[in-house]
Amino acid sequence: MIAYIIRRLLYAIPILIGVNLITFLLFFVVNSPDDIARMQLGAKRVTPEAIEKWKAERGYDKPLVWNADAPGVAKATDTILFDKSVRMFALDFGRADDGRDIALEIKSRMGPSLAIAIPTFILGLFVTVSFALLLVFFRNTALDVGGVVLCVAAMSISGLFYIIGGQYLVSKVWNLVPISGYSGGLDAGKFLVLPVLISVIGGIGASARWYRTLFLEEINKDYVRTARAKGLSELRVLFRHVLKNAMIPILTGVVVVIPLLFMGSLLLESFFGIPGLGSYTIDAIGSQDFAVVRSMVFIGSVLYIVGLLLTDISYTLVDPRVRLN
Amino acid sequence: MDFKPLLLWSDILLWAMVAGCIALAVYCRRQDYLRRAWRRVGESGVAMASATILAAFVSVGLLDSLHYQPRLPAQEGSTEAQYAPEVLSVLDALVADLRLNKEKTYSAPLATHAFAKETMERDGVQTRDYPRLKWGGAHLDDVAGRDSDLARRALSGAFYGLLLWAAVVGVAVGCMALARGAAYGATCRTVWRPDTAATRPIAWRAVFATLAVLCVIGGITAAWSGGYHVFGTDKVGQDVLYLSLKSVRTALLIGTLTTLVTLPLAVALGLIAGFRGGWWDDAIQYLYTVLNSIPGVLLIAAMVLMMQVIIDTHPEWFETAAERADARLLALCFILGLTSWTGLCRLLRAETLKLRELDYVQAARAFGVGDARIMARHILPNLMHIVLIALVMDFSGLVLSEAVLSYIGIGVDSSMNSFGTMINAARLELSREPVVWWSLAAAFVLMLALVLAANLFADAVRDAFDPRFQWRARRIVKKVTA
Repeated sequence: MIAYIIRRLLYAIPILIGVNLITFLLFFVVNSPDDIARMQLGAKRVTPEAIEKWKAERGYDKPLVWNADAPGVAKATDTILFDKSVRMFALDFGRADDGRDIALEIKSRMGPSLAIAIPTFILGLFVTVSFALLLVFFRNTALDVGGVVLCVAAMSISGLFYIIGGQYLVSKVWNLVPISGYSGGLDAGKFLVLPVLISVIGGIGASARWYRTLFLEEINKDYVRTARAKGLSELRVLFRHVLKNAMIPILTGVVVVIPLLFMGSLLLESFFGIPGLGSYTIDAIGSQDFAVVRSMVFIGSVLYIVGLLLTDISYTLVDPRVRLN
Repeated sequence: MDFKPLLLWSDILLWAMVAGCIALAVYCRRQDYLRRAWRRVGESGVAMASATILAAFVSVGLLDSLHYQPRLPAQEGSTEAQYAPEVLSVLDALVADLRLNKEKTYSAPLATHAFAKETMERDGVQTRDYPRLKWGGAHLDDVAGRDSDLARRALSGAFYGLLLWAAVVGVAVGCMALARGAAYGATCRTVWRPDTAATRPIAWRAVFATLAVLCVIGGITAAWSGGYHVFGTDKVGQDVLYLSLKSVRTALLIGTLTTLVTLPLAVALGLIAGFRGGWWDDAIQYLYTVLNSIPGVLLIAAMVLMMQVIIDTHPEWFETAAERADARLLALCFILGLTSWTGLCRLLRAETLKLRELDYVQAARAFGVGDARIMARHILPNLMHIVLIALVMDFSGLVLSEAVLSYIGIGVDSSMNSFGTMINAARLELSREPVVWWSLAAAFVLMLALVLAANLFADAVRDAFDPRFQWRARRIVKKVTA
């Protein structure tokens, strides 16, 4: 097991290098730093001196990959590639355009993001799995058909409408919780209830329908018939046998996203004014702060790779047939 | 000539796609197994009803993809024709009433008065009141007569809608009768019977019923919009119905043109990786693992930001604003395609791995058939169903993601009509007092109709072509990471 994990971690290194190269190509080669400076400074009153100053402030005034003027090792290290991309492996992300340290900012914003993402994840999983089991329990009845129709309709509605509609109804018309904002500590609860609820409800449609097909696939198998023949109640069959065996495909979809919870949700956080990583990313996109977007791309990939590893490990936990070697 | 036709790049590509779809249909007719699968789709009432609705959306989108520049009034002393910089489409010409009759600002659906009070002079006294609209209900002498006017228009609209429907159905049944060599009356009767061999290939009942609903709704809307703003007007007084109709084209383009990038990449790379194996396989797998491990939204955001820099630093590439918006839309499709081919590629690779071990492929090899020929003749046709399902199923996801991306500010050009820009503009309207709900409602209704129809149709296609494979798995992962 440990050998497997180590091998997988080693395998992740070339992938991260690839991600890093792609971001480097995107942000520094597709457009030269000069172009970016010109756009950021406003195309009209831009002078060559202003561009040089802008680049120097951000450390973009070095050669891209090879600094022939520098002595010794610095030929390779005193470059944009090393400064901006290679350093990310040491989680050194440099500074954002407003001068703040990106790593620090990420650390402080992780809390709010997790405060909204973890309850959403757990509650969402619980609600969708129970809803799907309920549909399966009432399979081949009008209730099941109605539920599936509801799911298809729910997944055809853009997530934006869930947020806008929920915010309008609950916060404005019924005045139950504040429209947006965030505070630390226990006080945070009243700000978090609505976003969590909205994202759980918004996610039910697609996932419940998929889980339902997984369960239905299991329910026609021989072991289920045996369990029923033994005289187990239908509920017990569903929870003890069907749920357990449908776990593998559920895990593939679910475990991968656990590490990504750190990234927060772009839409929810920006709508509800929660100072997490999602709104950080949105703000960076809005103000065209490339350093932040680049860092988030890198962190997102690291977390995704961790998620894949976790998925594989979780298989061994739920399915003894799977051995990692 | 009164106008100069203008082909935007997206128009060319869209019409090329239409031609491609027709070619695909011809190909499907020739292949027995594909024809049988399509027949199963045709038998499903839900699928055919959704297909009818989709067809309605597509025809709006296609009408909106025939662009032209109108000719300006001739100037004194100049013989050369001058054309307006404004780019219009056939749809714009058809609904000129909606496009040209603007109000000052917000007005509610079917309203006769503006949404906000204004100071005006009446009989020499200054008062604050809701002014009459310039277009909405302007033909009424007495505002109290609005409801009866609406009812009258609705009745006549529904009547003309039904008349149109009857004509279409009559012609369609006539064609069917001719094709089958049956009597007209007999064909008429069989079409309405629920499930007989005579109606089999296509569930005509569902098609005609949906068509009837569409015709009636269309007739009433058309009759009302002759004198009112059916969905109200937005902040700058534009008709919301017009904006929603224009948004349909953007949604369709995003949903379809993206596949022009996805498809060649996924098919070519998936085939090569699966068939060649070894070094090719490693390289291609590495490529899609890297791309896949970057969260979708972030990769799209990074690419779109870079595209913006390119467009901003090269203003000289685009003659009109429409061309710039068009280029941006195409670039967005390109970017969405670049970031979304990996899932399909992995599926195709896995399937190719299975297929290449089959006896007939081995036999072809033994006969000395070249790799390229085996891939094209023996493997690709057996992947067609996967490609088809993936295409149909991705459509609704792409339409939805357009709205989200445009909201974040990395979607289509802000001057381009789309559901995303509509929602973005209307986002703060709910906090007004009284509430301005109609722009959001219009975007909601049209998007729901489009995406729901696409989803239902996609489900039917999936069930007909490959009922056992768990397609949902792919989608869920994508949706969550977005």
